Amino acid sequence: MAFTFAAFCYMLALLLTAALIFFAIWHIIAFDELKTDYKNPIDQCNTLNPLVLPEYLIHVFFCVMFLCAAEWLTLGLNMPLLAYHIWRYMSRPVMSGPGLYDPTTIMNADILAYCQKEGWCKLAFYLLSFFYYLYGMIYVLVSS
Amino acid sequence: TLTGGDSSSTTTGSASPVPNSYESLEGGGYSDLAAPPAGVPAKQAPPFGYNYPTVHPAYQQNPAPKPDPSPSHGGYNPPGYQPYSQPFPSLSELSSALGGLGGVSEQEAETLRPVNLLQERNILPPKRAPPPEPNLSNDLRKVNCSPDTFRCTLTNIPQTQALLNKARLPLGLLLHPFRDLTQLPVITSNTIVRCRSCRTYINPFVSFLDQRRWKCNLCYRVNDVPDEFMYNPVTRSYGEPHKRPEVQNSTVEFIASSDYMLRPPQPAVYLFLLDVSHNAVESGYLNVFCQSLLDNLEKLPGDTRTHIGFVTFDSTVHFYNLQEGLSQPQMLVVSDIDDVFIPTHDSLLVNLKESKELVKDLLNALPGMFTHTRETQSALGPALQAAYKLMSPTGGRVSVFQTQLPTLGAGHLQSREDPNLRSSTKNVLHLGPATDFYKKLALDCSGQQIGVDLFLLSSQYSDLASLACVSKYSAGSVFYYPSFHHVHNPAQTQKFQKDLQRYLTRKIGFEAVMRIRCTKGLSIHTFHGNFFVRSTDLLSLANVNPDSGFAVQMSIEESLADTSLACFQAALLYTSSKGKRRIRVHTLCLPVVSQLSEVFAGADIQAISCLLANMAIDRSISSSLSDARDALVNAVVDCLTAYRANGSNIQPSGLIAPAALRLFPLYVLALLKQKALRTGTSTRLDERVFSMCELKSQPLQQIMRMVHPDLYRIDNMTEQAALHLNDSVIPQPPLLQLTAEKLTREGAFLLDCGSVMYLWVGKGCNETFIRDVLGFQNYASLPSNMTEIPELQTTYSERTRAFISWLLESRTFLPAFHVVKDDASTKTSFFQHLVEDRTESAFSYYEFLLHIQQQMSK
Repeated sequence: MAFTFAAFCYMLALLLTAALIFFAIWHIIAFDELKTDYKNPIDQCNTLNPLVLPEYLIHVFFCVMFLCAAEWLTLGLNMPLLAYHIWRYMSRPVMSGPGLYDPTTIMNADILAYCQKEGWCKLAFYLLSFFYYLYGMIYVLVSS
Repeated sequence: TLTGGDSSSTTTGSASPVPNSYESLEGGGYSDLAAPPAGVPAKQAPPFGYNYPTVHPAYQQNPAPKPDPSPSHGGYNPPGYQPYSQPFPSLSELSSALGGLGGVSEQEAETLRPVNLLQERNILPPKRAPPPEPNLSNDLRKVNCSPDTFRCTLTNIPQTQALLNKARLPLGLLLHPFRDLTQLPVITSNTIVRCRSCRTYINPFVSFLDQRRWKCNLCYRVNDVPDEFMYNPVTRSYGEPHKRPEVQNSTVEFIASSDYMLRPPQPAVYLFLLDVSHNAVESGYLNVFCQSLLDNLEKLPGDTRTHIGFVTFDSTVHFYNLQEGLSQPQMLVVSDIDDVFIPTHDSLLVNLKESKELVKDLLNALPGMFTHTRETQSALGPALQAAYKLMSPTGGRVSVFQTQLPTLGAGHLQSREDPNLRSSTKNVLHLGPATDFYKKLALDCSGQQIGVDLFLLSSQYSDLASLACVSKYSAGSVFYYPSFHHVHNPAQTQKFQKDLQRYLTRKIGFEAVMRIRCTKGLSIHTFHGNFFVRSTDLLSLANVNPDSGFAVQMSIEESLADTSLACFQAALLYTSSKGKRRIRVHTLCLPVVSQLSEVFAGADIQAISCLLANMAIDRSISSSLSDARDALVNAVVDCLTAYRANGSNIQPSGLIAPAALRLFPLYVLALLKQKALRTGTSTRLDERVFSMCELKSQPLQQIMRMVHPDLYRIDNMTEQAALHLNDSVIPQPPLLQLTAEKLTREGAFLLDCGSVMYLWVGKGCNETFIRDVLGFQNYASLPSNMTEIPELQTTYSERTRAFISWLLESRTFLPAFHVVKDDASTKTSFFQHLVEDRTESAFSYYEFLLHIQQQMSK
């Protein structure tokens, strides 16, 4: 059992993915609250917007780590999500602070539906990657 | 009885513990909707007269009103107008046979009559067509909401989303809820009867199961009739709840109790934010404004609690202490614009009645105070922040007058327009805001019930795309006077003055919210207009005024197969300027149909065009202008393809449209040539953005006049078919198509575009007309900048003026008037409105039809 850099990367990714799962669940609950008129869009956007960049940066961070650890397969699986994050952030509405959600347009049913779907898809992806990193970590620990 | 001073308690009935109190005020949506109680027996035998007929409308033998068959119907029907004479005899025979069977009503057969657009040269009716009548029984039709207030794009609602998709037409509503009404029933009872689950107000389309129970027409829940409701105060009778005014009128106003108030109703508070930079003083608007306000000070809507305040700004912000008792107004200057503070607390927004003399002194002195100013910068952002701080405790209305790009402080803007790209045929950039400062400020203002209205009086680019956000989300209005100058542009000055007159004296509602409810199965997904969407169906309007219109788009979530009527209710809860809390409720009822042909028969082409305009503008800001233009053309192509696919198997050549939709390509072509959406013609960015704002916030009639103006020939108006009203004879010249073909040098033509009117005089126009109506000897002596018709005592003049006043009768903002000679420079603006003609960058009407036909055959 060799504790290589790759094993360390997987362990870190595991922990960070737990945080990402938490963010995804937060998003789902937040959009559901908006949909059922439980919360006001201005307050909700003020809560959600600060969470967007940390989520993206965490993901970028462990992509970089995998790059350094030369784990090409894992990196390849994360590339689409990275590209998607970059595209999403580039096409965000005009805003002075960080964030993706504009309170004046978020209550539009199309946008709300899109954000909810996005939340569920991301949750599924992060959950799958959690188990993949778990497997990967054990494989790396055992096989060297 | 009205309780104005109590602190509120939120209304019962909304089960969710909502911290956002306005939701609970107006009542929730379907979140707490329980399944209808199982105890309701399956068969109800309603007593006679208590229920409304639920027979499928197609089976009702209505004496349908005949369509406009006036003898002077233009060239497309042979004289001796036969409703069914047209080039496709087999289809007409089919429809007349069906009409006889009672399956298809006469009215429907007329609207489905196929029209070959390529062959019909004159498709315009001689008078602007009235909105289509929904196919309902006479009782329902009588009480249905007026189409001026509430209008649907499809007067026959499709049963399922699949059917709606097949028709390729948008489903939506156009509302004008706070329109000035001559007759409005006001209900003063203590109990406002509402459905227990969906909180719909009782309306003429509910069914009474027996005397004590009523069934909601939106969610089908059975409710009890409260005791007070059984007594009818109008007829002083007991036991006839269906005769009460709430159930006899689809537009009613309730006086709201303290349950509907979050705080005691606010007084009217007006703050005027005036740009006094060098540019502003040069343009001379201050004189016009101060004079106008002085003239209308008594007529500002409000009561004894009305407050007023003034803030002027250039590179610093100036406040005015108008405390009662001072000998003259005191100016307080705040120069720290990065952190604006309010110098004193009490006397900047003063009671109008008490400080009237001081206010008048200030208005008289204001134009003179800044005549020698050398300040060229404008700190609009800090001034708005100061206004926000000043008005936060109460809410109210802020009127901002700006004459240039804001250059200093928070929210300063850069000049983004490239003059070389004004005629670009490719994408137009910078249609959206550059910064979200104004949007955020608008949201803050909306939260404190402050509405911000913007008057932009600039001659240079002022980034209206960013500035307009401050009004869009705080439910304000935007007014734009390009190239305003009191000397060089007297037409604009006059218009500004007339607009101010209306703006200062029109009715206003404060701290308003509006909710639109629909029958179960329909849901609203997009809103258009100036407001903030606070939740999925609640709109927050800091101020509501009688000149703004709204539009919504709907989708059909569940099948409407088990109902025959779909109802829509718009409820506007507001505080009147006299501090009374009121609820204005409008209810519209429309039949539900299951056949595609019926959907086409009930299409309201004007409403469809307006809704498409709203959608196109949203698309051009979120995606691109060319996308929006393509989407508009595709809308026509798809719809006509769907009609062709559904129609008979005859595939004649030509472009066939049902009569109800025959003006569709014409209106879409007119939309594509609007300043908002046109490419290839030089358009200033601010004017384009303003045209977009107008299309999104004006009521339907105004938009239709803007998009497809009315053209009349007025030099040869006769008394034939004239209206006789109030001792005056009003001639009724027919509408002409908007093409230069219809103009002749020997005539004079009037073009009514809503906000501006042109009187085009041909070179060879007969001199009697020029002398008797315009007051000049001959064509050559007509000045090039005439802006009104003189009041002469000749019959011609009286007739012309009677006609023009009749056109302007129910208008709120009077149009600017221009007399255009055939060789004047202003004639380009006249000819731009002739949408059927070809220009160097756009199709003529016939070419557009060919283009559509080509797209359809792909």
